[in-house]
Amino acid sequence: MRFAELAIRNFKEMWRDPISMGLEIGIPAGFLVIFWALGRSMGNESFFTPTMLVPGIAVFGFTFLVMFSAVVLAHDRESALLSRLLTAPLKPRDFILSYSLPYIPVVILQMALCFGIGAVLGLEILGNAGLAFLILLVMGICCVELGMILGLLFAVNQVSGVGSAIITLVALLGGIWIDLGTIGGVFYSVGNALPFAHAINGARDVMVYGAGFSGIATDFYWVLGYTVVFFALGIFLFRRRMVE
Amino acid sequence: MSYRTNGNRFAIQTFSLSKKFGDLIAVDGIDLSIKEGELFSLLGPNGAGKTTAIKMLCCLLRPSSGTATVMGHDINEDPMAVKQIIDVSPQETAIAEHLNAWENLSLMGRIHGLAKEEVKKRSGELLEMVGLTKRAKEQVRKFSGGMKRRLSIAMALVSDPQVLFLDEPTLGLDPQSRRGIWEHIAELKGRKTILLTTHYLEEADALADRIAIIDEGKIAALGTPQELKDSISDMQVMVVRAKNLTPDAIEGLKKIYPEVKATEDGIEIRAKELSFYEIVDYLRPRGAAIQSTSLKQPTLDDVFLHLTGKELRE
Ligand SMILES: Nc1ncnc2c1ncn2[C@@H]1O[C@H](COP(=O)(O)OP(=O)(O)OP(=O)(O)O)[C@@H](O)[C@H]1O
Ligand SMILES: [Mg+2]
Repeated sequence: MRFAELAIRNFKEMWRDPISMGLEIGIPAGFLVIFWALGRSMGNESFFTPTMLVPGIAVFGFTFLVMFSAVVLAHDRESALLSRLLTAPLKPRDFILSYSLPYIPVVILQMALCFGIGAVLGLEILGNAGLAFLILLVMGICCVELGMILGLLFAVNQVSGVGSAIITLVALLGGIWIDLGTIGGVFYSVGNALPFAHAINGARDVMVYGAGFSGIATDFYWVLGYTVVFFALGIFLFRRRMVE
Repeated sequence: MSYRTNGNRFAIQTFSLSKKFGDLIAVDGIDLSIKEGELFSLLGPNGAGKTTAIKMLCCLLRPSSGTATVMGHDINEDPMAVKQIIDVSPQETAIAEHLNAWENLSLMGRIHGLAKEEVKKRSGELLEMVGLTKRAKEQVRKFSGGMKRRLSIAMALVSDPQVLFLDEPTLGLDPQSRRGIWEHIAELKGRKTILLTTHYLEEADALADRIAIIDEGKIAALGTPQELKDSISDMQVMVVRAKNLTPDAIEGLKKIYPEVKATEDGIEIRAKELSFYEIVDYLRPRGAAIQSTSLKQPTLDDVFLHLTGKELRE
């Protein structure tokens, strides 16, 4: 459990920077309010209802965590501290865990705030809210693990560029603002191969149509599969990158 | 532990340990055997390869060729076993900026597997040693450079490792803090195996059981401080205090005596045989006002200059 000590350190480092933390947690809630207002003024109230918006915006918020978590790791990679920590008996898995775990509370708070504001705006959940929460939580962790990969592949000043590209891509291919089915073609295939649309559709199916676990099992395992693969890839890359 | 049953008494052994960075050979086939409990010092000018050697021994850099063992564990084959028994004070200050001093120390202790109580006790002692007890609860990003440096060294000592690597531990510290660290290192002597790199000859002279002088990746000389000094005991060192010494005069003197070193108030000349008259007769017509001359015992400084032709800079 030695990684727990390092996880605690990373957690403290994050939370002692309250401005970034507030930003990270508040991003999806902010977008939710903006798009809800946008939907009202456009009169497009079927897609831009809180119930349709919340899952998409939660996932959109997670994509910012890809960038934030990547920056933290990339930054530490250049610091003397990480090099010092590498002489301790910790395994690559311990490092990846200790850099990702501190983001789980952030993921949860993001969602809580997003759902909370959604509730104020009139969110209705037909199915099991816990189930919708679960698939989104796994998606959030998946994004953090993707952040680990970027943090290992890119330097600090490159990470924000790559991170922005990912945020934009997910916005397009995740079916956040537009249903992927109505776009069709390559966008549909690529979007469906990636985990983002699965998380959003899974959560929407639960919330809007009252689907149970069996109804979203494919989506759930799709997202979980990506999370596991990203985690493993992170460990693999860590091992490769950390000894010259 | 296997190294005992193997009959291997060495805590650290290197076997043609080498590291290349492109065309540059930073460490060039080093063979060292450091005994258990020995305080061994690597002494060398900037870029000699000291840090590179330490990084390989700590499993941070993979050797280009050759290998090494730490307490019998091969650094290439079993880095995790090596990491279990070592700790390092890196040359660069390495601390977690948003944590306080106390948290920094306990982080290091805990990831090395120490129990909470043990970490608490040792951290308290170390904070006292580096004079940071009063500031222990402050985030260390607010510390001065020297305070950060002191904390960084203390962080290597929490885990109470069997083998300790100290890469220029006292670099950039004021004399008082430096003395504090020296005292602590001296206390550890005999109980731990310590590999220390330094630019300060007096540090190596006072602390080390043995010294290896390293230059351009190679070991230029190895022995106890006394052995090293004895190796040039047939050399004489003349200390000349003089005013108005021109660079030209010094350069000219080097043609007669190659090992001339400028000091604060004159020069020092090293050679097997020195002629007082020759030196005075050479300097006087060139405008130097000689105030005094004397002979002194060779120091490690002289050994170093003699072997490498370089001076160790502070
Ligand atoms: N990562 C690296 N890539 C390329 N060259 C390197 C790298 N690390 C060290 N070197 C080179 O290897 C040589 C030895 O460097 P090293 O840091 O081991 O010297 P040192 O003896 O510790 O010097 P100092 O007293 O200045 O700390 C230097 O020429 C340095 O430029
Ligand atoms: Mg060095």
